[in-house]
This record gives sequence, C-alpha cells and structure tokens, in this order.
Amino acid sequence: MSDVVERTLSALPALLGPQHPAAGPGRLPATSRLGSLIRSITALTSKHEEEKLIQQEIASLKAMVSAPTTTLRLMKECMVRLIYCEMLGYESSFGYIHAIKLAQQGNLLEKRVGTLGYDLQSTNLVEVCMALTVVSQIFPREMIPAVLPLIEDKLQHSKEIIRRKAVQALYKFYLIAPNQVQHIHDKFRKALCDRDVGVMAASLHIYLEMIKENSSGYKDLTESFVMILKQVVGGKLPIDFNYHSVPAPWLQIQLLRILGLLGKDDPRTSELMYDVLDESLRRAEINHNITYAILFECVQTIYTIHPKSELLEKAAKCIGKFVLSPKINLKYLGLKALTCVIQQDPNLALQHQMTIIECLDHPDPIIKKETLEILYRITNGQNVTVIVQKMYAPDNGWFIQTMNAVFSVGGDALHPDIPNNFLRLLAEGFDDRKEDEQLRTYAVRSYLTLLEEENTFYPQKFLQVMIWVLGEYSSLATDVDPEIILTRLHSLLKKTFVTSDTKAWIMAAVTKIASRTSCSKTIDKLIKEFSSSLDTCMRQHAFELKHLCEDKVLMKNLLPFDASCNDVVVDASLSFLDGFVVEGLSHGAAPYKPHHQRQEEKLSQEKALNFEPYGLSFASSVSSSGITGRQSPTGLSFGSDTSGNSAETGHKETNTLKLEGIRKLWGKEGYLPKKESKAGKPDEPQAASCGNLLAGRVTDPSASQSDQVSSFSEEEKEKQQLASTLFVGLGSNAGVSLMGKMDVATQKFKRKSKINETQNSEEASDIQNSDASTFGPLLDTVPVNKEDCEGNKHTRLRKPSLCSSDTVEDNLAFETPQSLKKPGLNDRLSDSRLSPLSLFADSNIEIFQPSSSALCESANKTSSVPSLPKELEELPHSEVVELCQSDALALYLCKVWKDDSLLLALFASNKKGSALNAVNLVFEKAEHFQILESPAHQFSVIEAQSVEHCQKYVWMDKICTQGILPGSISYQSEMESCLEFSVTLSLLDFIRPMEMTTEDFGKLWLSLSNDVKQNIKMLPSQDSLSAALSTLQQKLKLHIVDIIGNEGILACQLLPSVPCLLHCRTYSGMLALWFRSPCSALPDGLLYQCQKVMEES
Amino acid sequence: MINAVLVFNNHGKPRLVRFYQHLAEEVQQQLIRETFHLVLKRDEHICNFLECGSLFGGADYKLIYRHYATLYFVFCVDSSESELGILDLIQVFVETLDKCFENVCELDLIFHMDKVHYILQEVVIGGMVLETNMNKIVAQVEAQSKLEKAEQGGLSAAPSRAVSAVKNINLPEIPRNINIGDINIKVPSLSQFM
Repeated sequence: MSDVVERTLSALPALLGPQHPAAGPGRLPATSRLGSLIRSITALTSKHEEEKLIQQEIASLKAMVSAPTTTLRLMKECMVRLIYCEMLGYESSFGYIHAIKLAQQGNLLEKRVGTLGYDLQSTNLVEVCMALTVVSQIFPREMIPAVLPLIEDKLQHSKEIIRRKAVQALYKFYLIAPNQVQHIHDKFRKALCDRDVGVMAASLHIYLEMIKENSSGYKDLTESFVMILKQVVGGKLPIDFNYHSVPAPWLQIQLLRILGLLGKDDPRTSELMYDVLDESLRRAEINHNITYAILFECVQTIYTIHPKSELLEKAAKCIGKFVLSPKINLKYLGLKALTCVIQQDPNLALQHQMTIIECLDHPDPIIKKETLEILYRITNGQNVTVIVQKMYAPDNGWFIQTMNAVFSVGGDALHPDIPNNFLRLLAEGFDDRKEDEQLRTYAVRSYLTLLEEENTFYPQKFLQVMIWVLGEYSSLATDVDPEIILTRLHSLLKKTFVTSDTKAWIMAAVTKIASRTSCSKTIDKLIKEFSSSLDTCMRQHAFELKHLCEDKVLMKNLLPFDASCNDVVVDASLSFLDGFVVEGLSHGAAPYKPHHQRQEEKLSQEKALNFEPYGLSFASSVSSSGITGRQSPTGLSFGSDTSGNSAETGHKETNTLKLEGIRKLWGKEGYLPKKESKAGKPDEPQAASCGNLLAGRVTDPSASQSDQVSSFSEEEKEKQQLASTLFVGLGSNAGVSLMGKMDVATQKFKRKSKINETQNSEEASDIQNSDASTFGPLLDTVPVNKEDCEGNKHTRLRKPSLCSSDTVEDNLAFETPQSLKKPGLNDRLSDSRLSPLSLFADSNIEIFQPSSSALCESANKTSSVPSLPKELEELPHSEVVELCQSDALALYLCKVWKDDSLLLALFASNKKGSALNAVNLVFEKAEHFQILESPAHQFSVIEAQSVEHCQKYVWMDKICTQGILPGSISYQSEMESCLEFSVTLSLLDFIRPMEMTTEDFGKLWLSLSNDVKQNIKMLPSQDSLSAALSTLQQKLKLHIVDIIGNEGILACQLLPSVPCLLHCRTYSGMLALWFRSPCSALPDGLLYQCQKVMEES
Repeated sequence: MINAVLVFNNHGKPRLVRFYQHLAEEVQQQLIRETFHLVLKRDEHICNFLECGSLFGGADYKLIYRHYATLYFVFCVDSSESELGILDLIQVFVETLDKCFENVCELDLIFHMDKVHYILQEVVIGGMVLETNMNKIVAQVEAQSKLEKAEQGGLSAAPSRAVSAVKNINLPEIPRNINIGDINIKVPSLSQFM
C-alpha cells in the first residue's frame, strides 16, 4: 500500500498547483516533525522504546490527518512521516484512505481519473511527466480505458521524455491487461521507429515481453532490430547515450536478448543476425564492467540462435575470458554461461576443467552452487560417483532426514548394504566424538518421534534400523525416560505387521536397554508375556532376558555401552567346553564327529554319491566367527546347543548385521566411492589413454595447461586428478583426462575404513611397475605423472576386478586367492606340476613354436610376414594370422598369452614401394574386452616393404565364451584409406592356471558363492580321471591342485585375478563337474569350454 | 523486470523500500529482513549476485547488491535483466543520488525520502529501466523540484533544514547506530566492483 501513498506524493505537487495557494510561512515548524521524529528514533536504545514512540507518532498522525483543519501542506508532511513509519514496518494503513483523499483534492468535484486527465492535458511539461509516472506505477485495470486515449495522444507529443513515459505507461498497461492495448500494436511499431533513441529503447521493453510470448509474430521486425543494433554498435548514437564510452549498453543488452528470442530454432532469422553479433563481439573491447555485460548477452544469444560454428568458436573464447577472470562477478557469469552451453558443447567444460575444480572449493557459496550445477549437467555413468560425493551432506539433521526418507520410500526393496552401512556409519562414527554423539542423539530423537505416530507402517528394514539405534544409543537422549522407549518397543512387538525377524531385533534392543536401567515394569511385563509365547524364538529371547535381568553385573559386562564396533573374540574351538567333553567321554559317550564326517559315513554305508565333498560344517564355523556377537539377536543366545537347533541358527543368521565385510558407502562427505570397483574399472582404460590424447591435442588449451604440470604443487595435482575423474566421458573423445590413475584421485575422498582390506604388498608394487609401463606414452608428455605413480605408493592400487559389481562377499572372496598365489605346491603334485610355459608347450592347441627353418620358409613366401620380437617369442603364443589386407598394407596378429594379460602383437606390413604415412590403428570399444592402454596406436611412418609392430594388452571385461574386438586401420597412400578388421578372442585366451595348495583350495572353496554343477559323459578314450584332468589341464590351462581317489580339484583364474575352482568326480563313465567362483558368469563359461574339449578329445 | 529496490543500512534498518509488485505489508518486511540476512553474511570480496531461492516466490529471481559505506543497495530482478547491467544501474543510481545531494550520506536518504523516491522513479519505472543517463535524470528531478518550489515556497525546504539541524547538533550525542565517521557514501570508481 505504500505505493498508493507514494503515488499520491508524486502527484502532490501538481495538486498543490495554482488553484491551491500555499499556506503561509507561519506553519513551517510543523513540517520539521519528520526530522524530530527521526532524531528521537535514533536516540532510542531499544526496539521496545522505538515501538512505543512510533505508536505515539502514529496516533498523533491519525488525529492530525482526520482533523478537518489540517492543511494540505501539513497533510503532505504527515504522509512522509507515514511512509517512514511504514518502511520501518509499522501498521499505518489508516493513512491510505487519507492519501487517496488527498490525491482527489485536486478538485473536490473531480474523481481521481479526472485529476489524472487534468494533468495529462496540462500544458506544463513536468506535470504531464509526473502524471505519466503515476500511471506507470501500479494502476487499476478498470481505469485503463479512461486514460488510454490520453496516453495514446501523448505518444505524439513533441517532447521525447513525454513520448517515452507514455510508452512506458502503455507497457504497464500491456502487463496488466494485454488485450486492452491490442489495438495499438502499430503505435508500438511507431515508437520503435521514433527518432528519439530513448523512446525506441522504451518500446523495446514491450517488444521483449511480446516476443517472449510469441516470437513467430515478430519475425518481420528482425531486420529492424538488427539495423538498430548495428547503428548502436557502430557508434551512431548521440554521445549522451554513452556510458563509460560504451554506446547505450543497456539498449544493446535489450536488443541482444530480443535477437536471441527471435533467432531461436530458426536458421533463416538467425542468418540475418550473424553479422551484427560478430560485430558486437568484436567491438566490445574489454575495458569496463558494462562491456562484459554486453559480451555475456552476445554469448548467450549466439548459443540460443541457430548455431554458426565460427561464432560459436568466438563465443567459447569469450566464455573463457569470463571463466578465467580473476573478478569474481565475471567468473560467476562465466560459470553460468558454461552451465547453459555445456550440453551443446561439452568440450568447453573440458577446457575449463581446472577452473571448475577450483571453483568447487570457492569460499563463495554462490560460485560453488553454480559449479555444482555444471557438474550436475555433465554427470554421466562414468563420473557420477565422484560428482555425487561432492554434493555432501550439510549437517546431521539433513543426513538423518534424508536417510529416513530413503528408508521409508525404498522400504524392503533396498539393497541390504544400505541399512547396514548406515548403522555402521552411526556405530563407527567419525574422528570427532562430540559430533558422533550429536548425530546419534539426533537419530534417536528422530526415530522416537517417528515411532510415536500410531498406525504408521514402516518397512521392516527401516524398523530394524530404528530399533537398533534405539537399543544402542537411546541413553544418549538423557531427557527421555527409558520406560517410554521400552513402551514403544513393547507396543511394536504386538503389531501384526512386524515380522518375526524384526521382533528378534526388538528383543535385542530391549535387552540392551534393560542392561542400562535398574528395573522396569515394562520389561517384567514383557518377560511374562513372552515366556509363554507360542513362538519358540520369542520364548527363548524372553527367557534369556529374564535370566540376564537376574544378574545385572553379568548383563552389564555382556552388553557394554557403545561397543558395537569392538571386536568380539570368539573361541571357535569352544575350548571352554573341554571339561564338559572329557567328562562326557569318561562317562562313555561316543567321540564327536563333525557333521560332514557323519554324513560321509552315512553315505558310504548307503553307497550313495557324495555330492558334498567339503562339508557344510566349515561354512557354519566360518559364519559364526563372522558374527560380531552383541550386535545381532543371535549374539544373545548363549545356549551352546546350536547343532540341535541348526534351522534356527540359519534363520537367525539372516537377521544378523554382518558389518564385517561391508564397505562403507556413506560418510560425512556423502557417498564414498567404491574405489576398487565400479568407479575404478571403467575409468582405467580411459585414464590410461590420456597420454595419447594429450599428445594428439596440442592445440587444446587443456593440453597446454598440462605442459605446466611439472611445476604444480601436490594440491594442484590432486585437483588435476579430480578433474580427470570428473570429466571422464565428456566430449567427443570420451576419455580425456589430464592425469592418470583414477584410483589415486578417489583415494582422497575415501574415509579411512576400519577394515583393512588385505593387500599384498608385493602385488601392489607389481601393479605399480605395470602401471609405469602402461603409462609409458603419458610419461613422455607429462613428466610429473611418473613421479605421481611412484610417489603414491601408499595408495592402494588395485587391479580392476572383473566381478566388482558383485556384492561384498565376492569381493572378499577373490581377495583371498591373491594372497594364496605364492605358497609352495603340495609335494604330491610336484612331479605333475608344470610351469605355465611348459603347460602350454605340451598341449596341442594352436601354439606356434617357430623354428629357424619355418621362419626362413615364411620369409621366402612373402618378404613381409612378420615374426615376434625375441622377448615375446619365448612366451606361449599363437600363430601369426592375417587380419586384413589391401594393396598397400597388411595387418597381422599374434596372440601372446602372458601370465598377467593377453598381449596382442599387431604387425602392419607395408607392401608398397613407397613409405606409408600416418598409419592409425584404432580398436573400437568392445562390450567384453578392455584394452589396457589407449585403444589406438599411430605409426608415423612405415617404410617401403617393411613391418612395424605394436602391442596391446587386453583383459576380458565382461565374461563371454567368445567375443569380437573390432578395429580399423587407416593410412595415407594416394588417398586416405581405411581397413576394418576384427580379432576373435575366446574366454580361454584369458584363463591362466592358478597354483595353490589343497588347504587353500578348501578355504577358498567355502568362501565362494556361485556354483555350477554338471555331469558330462566321458569318452572311452579317457575314462580315467587322470586322463580327463590332464585334458582339462592342457586345453583349458587349469591347474591340477590335487587328485584323491576318484576326485580331483583344479584351479584357474581369469585375468587379472578372478579365481575359479573346479571339483571333479568320476563315477560309472560320468564326470561330475562342480565349479565355484566369485563371479557368476565364469563357471558357466568354463563349463561350456570343458564340455567342448571333452567332446573333442 | 526489477521486482524490488531495497536500501538498508549495515544494521538492517530500511532506508528505501520500493516494490514493483503488490505484496502484503508483513511479506515486505519479511523480505527485507531475509534479504538483509542473506546479504550481510557475504564477504566483501565475493560476487555481487545472489540467488535468493524461493524468497520472492520463484527460483527465477536473484538479488544484485552493492555495499556502499553504511548502506546496502539491493535490486531484486528476474531472469530478463542482465546481472552486470543491473550492477551498473545501481552505480548510476548512487552516482545520481550523489549528484543530487552533493556527497550523499545515509542521513540524506532518511530526511529526503521523498526526493530519493523521485530520483528512483526517473531511473526505474514500474520495474523497468527508464533512463540511465545521469545528467538527464538529474535534470528531470531538478525540473520537478523547481516546480514544487514555485508552488509552495519554503515547504519542501523544511526537511533539509531538519537535516542541517541534525548535522549541526552536538555530534557525540548522536546515537551509536549512526556511524558519523563514515557517514558519507563514497561513490567509488566502478572498477573496484568488478
């Protein structure tokens, strides 16, 4: 409403015109009231006093404005004071009506419109001006028709300021009621062509608005706008319009916006404006803030209209100026521009990746936010992990609320890791004890409120999380009576939607709380209620609770506070029962036989087949030692008679929070990347390929940046590594990254996990070495990288695993074999043990053992059939086969089965009499395979009649029995030619024997989850087990671990290190194969191969 | 379009409030308070643009502000305005105030509220930028005040007398929330703000 008052005020001078002679000077003291009011307000010390004063003031004003004797002049003074009070936020609405009255006093007989009309008809310039200003303020819609003709008249006024304000007023009308000014559209056009620039500029507001709504209706005006802009840019305007010697900058901005709207998705219209945009860019010499404003608009327009590559290039350069500017406002705008264009031109982000990384940690949250916006837009499958973790959790409250939302929405469909990880995070906490407690207390309170609500259904997993937290940490909320919590839990127990699993959790939580309270009615009630429950589980729990409650000391010892992370030492051998056993034996009891032994005995008696060579008893012992005890309801049952209750044990195990082997996914910084798995794997090849890319992109700014890399500090290096992970998969060349290892970059975000993954140091250094060689080309370009690779020995480098997407258990499992690699072989096998080389040597698969004569022979046939270099020749390898050829060039391939990878040796042979230039070999991205280095290789020149060779290391990325790795080779002879080829790779190319002892085999076998069983018929030729096994050994490169009677065990690994174990048994002409592996697809693939070789032989 | 022009001092006391769309009184006060808290939190050397989220009822709006001595000048604009353009417009506005009041200070804004409103009306009309040429603005404002004076003699001179009265009273007695030492708004050269 202050508008009304102000409007009135601006109209006042006109009203106080000649027909109202000014009051005498005698009244003057009254008008200085505002001054005294302000003075007294500023003298006050408290808000309260101010309130009181203003109330007084308002009261006196109220009296004064209502008094009939108050003069106009005094009235005005009162109005000013009222505005002041209102600005301070005090209620002064009583004044509005007086303000309106005042405005109407121009002539008591005239209505307000009449007043305006009077002013508008006035010959006094200033009066008209002010009247128009009033019109432009908030104006009632109903009054438009009355005033419209007058204002239209004013469009013809001789003074430009009047015309201008009239246009502005019309614009206001347009905003209020577009249909009422429809008929004067041609008047707008006239205004656009007005000889005065100010009027024209005012009309642009209207056009901008109208074009925004309907750009197609104004396409015909494009040329006019372009003309205007040309003149403005060309400096044709009067010097008045210059602002800091830039011609009419605001006008330019307006025009550029209009052009952007007009040219959007319209190539023909866009065509018209290319010239002027180019000119604008050129003319806008950077000398002032406002020039940047114009440049920014230019860039936006260029990216909005139908693109023209030349302009885009210039605009991109301009964005660079913004982004790289040290001035923070410009940087912000640069980032904003990047956000807009990033989807059209992802390469631009690559050019500025370092700036973007810096801005991520900028002190200004606005800049940070804009940067996150950019990241959000460049998110793809490959960098999502890294980006997400930059969007950290702001505080505890947010984190718990978010997780609550996740649990309630995701419900029981959630991956079990998520609640587990969440609890683990709460339990382990961070380095800061106080913060941990805050987080836990917050969680407790939040869950208590959630459980307060009656008749709300929560997913079981969410309930379990809540219950666990309450049980573990409810005592942190000191003001909450434990009795209340117990009542909540008790009432939950009676709910029908709560499953028996969850009930077990509740009982555990109740027990924990009970250990911390002296006595509780609820607990007594609970024990009484469930001691006679039909559910044996619940009954058991109730009894346990009852007994524990009788011995509080024991209970406290058993359930210490906040000890869920402490390791519980489990006496797996149950040595404390020795006395009991001895006593039993002395009383004539039969000695204990393990489960599998009993079963075997039973089987042998029945002469039945034993399909379970490695008894399940192992499994149960392994898993029971994996239980952390107190955390799970299972941990509470101290009844040792598990064997008699095995079904229940198994059932309980599913309840258990197995926190041991679970990776931490969420941390304070947000999502913690699984460095060793998803994130690492796909990036590996791209990271590795960067050397090549850098070399090829010398003109690229990012490349020149990297030239200075050597002088960068540690911190910068980290940034670069982050950059390389963030910008993976952007742009045309998917793998551009400044630095090498993905692993190193993600390392720094990973919170120290309390579990130390077993890491073979020898192997780590091994990988280091292989890294160094893999990064060969990179090292040449960016010297610092080498240092980086070596300087980071502490970081855990890990070979990408093939089964990384599988769950934790798998991960743990396949780590084991790495440590099993070296141990000596079982003595019994030492004679049959073969080195990998000899293993291949005596097999009859396509292995090419070149003899000197054979070499000569082939050399005679064609001068250019290539041979392997010496160091490779000694390794097992295939024949050299031709992949493709043309008149000029032939490409040959030889597979070399190295211990740690498959090496493809490729030979490009020039058949012509002249040298071939720029021979480029590129492997396409294959679904199943992964080239360890860059997928491309360039031979700069191949001399006449000579052969060049290159090597590529390949791993199998996704398991398949046979796959194709396509590629092409292009070269320059008379013209650019390109040959396509494909390399067929089989699973067997990637299988290597795996040496281990029988004992290790047994351990590993139990830890593996995916198994495949199949019986195949044995051919008469190889009816003995050993014959069958040696076939497998030779053809599939499996390692025979042990042969016992009619059973044999074999092991192999898929490169780089996914183990697969095989157990064979023969019976009546059949061979029973049983595979186990951490990777589900591998046993299937191997089984297929087994069947094939067994049928063939 | 410009949605609002707010001027408040370092303590959050509003000195000029102008909304170009209708908002209830409480909402206006709320906006002023929140804007002040948003702006106050920001360092001197970070950027002058601020996204105010849903403060003004849409993500489209942003705040563009400048800090001069004891006063914050905040313009709330929608996406159809150029940020840098508005930033310079604030400069133009302040320079104009400086020209009209000769060494403008916070007190001028307090005691000549009406005149400040008139000046703003010449720069921004109904949320649209009308004039950016300082001389023209000053000329227009002067023409108006001349008319006013012609009409009523010494009436409008009264507030200025109040100002001089305040300026002349015993300075140490001036309450502490007006910082006398730094009372003049210095209109700095633009480059400082870029």
